Amino acid sequence: MFVNFFYELKRTGVPVSLTEWMTLMEALSKGLAFSSLSGFYHVARAVLVKSETHFDSYDIAFQNYFKGIETPVDVVEQALEWLKNEIPPLMISPEERKMFQDWDLDKLRRELEERLKNQDGEHHGGSNWIGTGGTSRFGHGGYNPAGVRIGGQSLNRSAVKVAAERRYRGYRSDETLGVRQFEVALRKLRQLTSRDEGLKDELDLDGTIDATCKNAGRLELVWDRSRKNNMKVVLMMDSGGSMDPYIDLCSQLFTAVNRSTHFKDLKFYFFHNCFYDDLYLHPSCTSRSAIKTYDVLHNLNPEYRLIIVGDASMAPSELTMVGGAIDWDVMNNEPGLVWLERVVKHFKHAVWLNPVPSQWWDVHRYYGAYTINLVRKLFPMFELTLDGLELAIKRLKVKF
Amino acid sequence: MEVQEFKGTANYIVSEDLRNSVNVSITLGRPLLIKGEPGTGKTMLARSIAEGLGLKLIIWNIKSTTKAQDGLYVYDTVQRLYDSQFGDHDVSDISQYIKMGKLGEAFLSDNPVVLLIDEIDKADLEFPNDLLWELDMMSFYIPETGVTVTAKHRPIVIITSNAEKELPDAFLRRCIFHYINFPEPEMMVNIINVHHPHLEDKLIHEAMEAFYWIRTLNGLQKKPSTSELLDWVQALTVGGVSLDKIRREIPLLGVLLKKNQDFDVILSRLRTQSTNKTKTRSHSLWG
Repeated sequence: MFVNFFYELKRTGVPVSLTEWMTLMEALSKGLAFSSLSGFYHVARAVLVKSETHFDSYDIAFQNYFKGIETPVDVVEQALEWLKNEIPPLMISPEERKMFQDWDLDKLRRELEERLKNQDGEHHGGSNWIGTGGTSRFGHGGYNPAGVRIGGQSLNRSAVKVAAERRYRGYRSDETLGVRQFEVALRKLRQLTSRDEGLKDELDLDGTIDATCKNAGRLELVWDRSRKNNMKVVLMMDSGGSMDPYIDLCSQLFTAVNRSTHFKDLKFYFFHNCFYDDLYLHPSCTSRSAIKTYDVLHNLNPEYRLIIVGDASMAPSELTMVGGAIDWDVMNNEPGLVWLERVVKHFKHAVWLNPVPSQWWDVHRYYGAYTINLVRKLFPMFELTLDGLELAIKRLKVKF
Repeated sequence: MEVQEFKGTANYIVSEDLRNSVNVSITLGRPLLIKGEPGTGKTMLARSIAEGLGLKLIIWNIKSTTKAQDGLYVYDTVQRLYDSQFGDHDVSDISQYIKMGKLGEAFLSDNPVVLLIDEIDKADLEFPNDLLWELDMMSFYIPETGVTVTAKHRPIVIITSNAEKELPDAFLRRCIFHYINFPEPEMMVNIINVHHPHLEDKLIHEAMEAFYWIRTLNGLQKKPSTSELLDWVQALTVGGVSLDKIRREIPLLGVLLKKNQDFDVILSRLRTQSTNKTKTRSHSLWG
């Protein structure tokens, strides 16, 4: 039953398993879908989809699978299909309005059923058949003060139509995101500190009591490893110029990182497009806040995890030429690429987060893609989205 | 005892979606996992289910230090040690030192119960995995006494999460999932009416306009939620604020917003809005 729907879900990226599928079959056999398509839509979603980030993919799969399928739908659902393609609302004169003043609901219902029987398809703009924009008593978008409204604000919307609305688009995890979601993602960096390294230097009170009791009351001390986080993080952000469109996004990330108190140490540096001899402590990148890149590398041991945030979109000369730095008062004796390589070699764990969407990283689509690809050869680069950040954090855990 | 269908209660408005999800989870006997923005009534749901079905509610509040074992049972070794040292008890019977946790309590109850595992994401990452067997089989084993505790009736398990941590896949596979959407305006009016039945329509209308306007603004660190709107509406009535001020000045803003920066955002937006208004007015005078 619906086996292809299972594969359609897999295809659109909803992680469904066989266990969940069997649960759904059980639910259906118990009649939980109330034999209707909208019932099925909700039951299947509750059973199969376990995160709101996948709701949108589910809607797409549902739409693909059930679009145009002949189901023994009730009156309203079928009429809705016909109403899908609307024409603009119709205005009506007061004289015409008089015509509709006497009506009774039962009669109308009977008429509706009769017309459904006789009508064989979509119909728009007329005065008799069910459709939109006309003066028929049945449909929506039209005008008939004594009519039956079908669709629009009604609660009885077809499941396919609900799916077509894609109301959960905002929850997709590959969309860009807010501070809190960043924070949640960053917490995953905590996993890195394992409980199997480090000294056993903390008294395990419960363990001690248990051991002492088992020892018939003779004191026996049990020690445990402390569960502090050893994670040290350094964040370098591109600031200014081509990064301006992404300021909001980057400041959200910055706030999130800043708030993550679970790191043992956290350092921030700024640069403009690419870094050379100097890094900056302030986003304005003025010489007053400059600090020697060499000093930074000396002070921070390779255990620091390096996260660089930047669009990597610049003139190629800024990466490849001596003296190519964008700011006129910065004179670099070595090209930017050399500096990038020096830094990536120093830190064993480094990632580059790029606010430019990854489909633009193709040279033919975006002017900055040439330098993006140069940088990508040195740094593992990820999109600055929730999914990208999660991949980046996974990458930070492995040594390369 | 047959558990009936959940239909909602008088003081908790439940959407049709959510009601279906609850009934699916009850019929299939699987835990219902509830996610959603803070203040959308996740915890209230369990209360409402218990009340609606006339069952007892057992709440297991999860904290960052909670371990799965705590929910099953605790072996009070210290008490046993004391008792053995003072010698006024017979300590050979270990079962008197076994104290049931919330899950154990739910299993041993003579009537079906609703068990709320609140904010499961607060606990350690492995926490949900440690409960897999117990929630699946509805039983656990106590090695100290050699007793297996089996649920007399399968409890209705409701689990809430604020998405602070990702839950393990194996755990998710066993749950029914529901995401509570932020209520649409029509639903919100119903919710307000349930909590404050004797308010003027005009006041509710004005307050809702202001509330949904604030929620549309970008750059807020914490958007106000349902519970804050309810407090605000009450504060407005108690404070006797005049109706035409509500949308223009948003009085008692502190009830809605909890962050300093958010305050500044709203105030500056209000200021620009009112200057714009006076500008257009003067234009029309000239025109």
